[in-house]
Amino acid sequence: MYVAVKGGERAIDNAHQWLAEERRGDPSVPELTIPQIREQMKLAVNRVMAEGSLFDPDLAALAIKQARGDLIEAVFLIRAYRTTLPRLAASYPVDTGAMAVDRRISATFKDLPGGQVLGPTFDYTHRLLDFALMAEGEPSDTPSPPEEKGRSEGQARVPHVTSFLNRDGLIETADPSDATPPDLSREPMELPADRALRLQALTRGDEGFVLSMAYSTQRGYGRTHAFVGELRIGTVAVEVDIPELGFAVEIGEIELTECETVNQFKGSRTEPPQFTRGYGLVMGQSERKAISMSLVDRALRWKELGEDFTGAPAQDEEFVLMHADNIQATGFLEHIKLPHYVDFQAELELVRKLRSEAMAMQEAAE
Amino acid sequence: MTDQAYNFAYLDEQTKRMIRRAILKGIAVPGYQVPFASREMPMPYGWGTGGVQVMAACLVPEDRLKVIDQGADDTTNAVSIRKFFARTAGVAVTEHTTEATVIQTRHRIPETPLKPGQILVYQVPIPEPLRFLEPRETETRKMHELEEYGLMHVKLYEDIARHGQIATSYAYPVKVESRYVMDPSPIPKFDNPKLSGNPAIQLFGAGREQRIYAVPPWTEVVSLDFDDHSFHASKAPHDCDLCGSSHSYLDEVITDDQGGRMFVCSDTDFCEGRRARGMKGRLWAPEPEAAE
Repeated sequence: MYVAVKGGERAIDNAHQWLAEERRGDPSVPELTIPQIREQMKLAVNRVMAEGSLFDPDLAALAIKQARGDLIEAVFLIRAYRTTLPRLAASYPVDTGAMAVDRRISATFKDLPGGQVLGPTFDYTHRLLDFALMAEGEPSDTPSPPEEKGRSEGQARVPHVTSFLNRDGLIETADPSDATPPDLSREPMELPADRALRLQALTRGDEGFVLSMAYSTQRGYGRTHAFVGELRIGTVAVEVDIPELGFAVEIGEIELTECETVNQFKGSRTEPPQFTRGYGLVMGQSERKAISMSLVDRALRWKELGEDFTGAPAQDEEFVLMHADNIQATGFLEHIKLPHYVDFQAELELVRKLRSEAMAMQEAAE
Repeated sequence: MTDQAYNFAYLDEQTKRMIRRAILKGIAVPGYQVPFASREMPMPYGWGTGGVQVMAACLVPEDRLKVIDQGADDTTNAVSIRKFFARTAGVAVTEHTTEATVIQTRHRIPETPLKPGQILVYQVPIPEPLRFLEPRETETRKMHELEEYGLMHVKLYEDIARHGQIATSYAYPVKVESRYVMDPSPIPKFDNPKLSGNPAIQLFGAGREQRIYAVPPWTEVVSLDFDDHSFHASKAPHDCDLCGSSHSYLDEVITDDQGGRMFVCSDTDFCEGRRARGMKGRLWAPEPEAAE
């Protein structure tokens, strides 16, 4: 009659085997290599590093390959790996003023010290499919290589746009602080969160979520009137104190995208009218995320600036911070496909009971 | 990467120490949700990462581990978690409740009574019993601080006004040692009475929500109710069709498309144990090739 369903273990093994085959796809097509992904899928690699909170392009490329291109799954692989790594040291804060910029634009000033550097951007491309890429030839509009690349070695410091405004007192000062920022990968999130913790949650938050939150502020849900004061992409040096040596050593460089917005502010009871700041900093080249982050950061600062809470989702710290992490979100969402026989059985009994009582009452009424 | 690249039971010792501190605090304040710095685990949130972390912090090499999901040892997620610890901790595993030193569970409490010295680890999706009445963590923590549980009683009362009874069939809220209202995880309310006065240590881990809480041995756990609408542990009104048990929680299995169904114990070890002792249900007919 009934044979108890056994064999979960064999089913799992078979599923894993099938998955491996699917990952490989048609074996007559050459397999992707990690360097290919790292070099040619760089923006995907950047996203996985940013949301995985681990700067390692090779591992991110491996995660993308293993995850069959599912970037959230790849982020998850990186997070699960990262969490096992020991903390050897904390670096000095990186100096984005000393960034070797590949791209640096300001939407608020036509020209400025350091110049407008367009860099490798999609911004002014026409979004036409380039069928030459499909034919695996050279792209149709490949320009001849420029004489010199935009970046020159020994480049001078590129000052931040907001520092020009700050000189005239037109923008709020951002006082430097030596306080150790909280770390939500090591401490449970505590609310209300300070700005450093909010920024950490946003920078590793899901790009789509942060984008939508930022977009909602532009459409009137917690409006902050943002201008992109400056967007810069480039590499910065990471310095770490080596106790044995007694001084700091540069251990490498990482690519960052930084966005500072300048926001209208009409003043409040305590503050005179001046511009305010929103800040975004993301690993890799990820300008959509960095701009989004700076808008959401600004929207979340309503309390310290004495603004009104209008009930907009992007102003609601608990709503934003508790739902920004895509690994948490996807896990909880997808877990509802796991067995729930027991709870469903309990609900089934309850509904049957309620129904029979309701029907009995109906019959009695008739 | 080889298994040797990971520490015993996967987590590093600093992390385990942090989790153990949270567990000890939870045991010291029964029913109180202790925040802890939950780690990303190699299985997704929602798959029991809280329980797995609590388990990793509790395991010692001499332990004998049992993992159940929906009461069963052979559901895919139970198999997966058991394999994970067999691989990363190398501990012995068992399907027998009586032989296990540590049991990880999702959605059930075993039918076989637990003994002193055993640890039962629950996987918890939403640790906050007040969450669906008040979505804000900042508010619910305050409500617990002030022992302000009026909202919960209003909800239960509204259930009675609308349905004639409390319409919560699982994750039924309890009060621990007359102080904290606690979510017992999504166990059917049938299991609630087993929470109280249990000789085992009961630990609850919520990974995504970063909370651990505990019910120490012999703690009083009361399911919330009213004097004139008392709590009632309910189950399907049938006997198990395999082992004939009349007092175990049952799963309903649809056997054909003509409305045919059978009821079987959700606790597979309990059911097999009874059958091994010769007890038979309505439909039990052992098939030679099915015997494992």
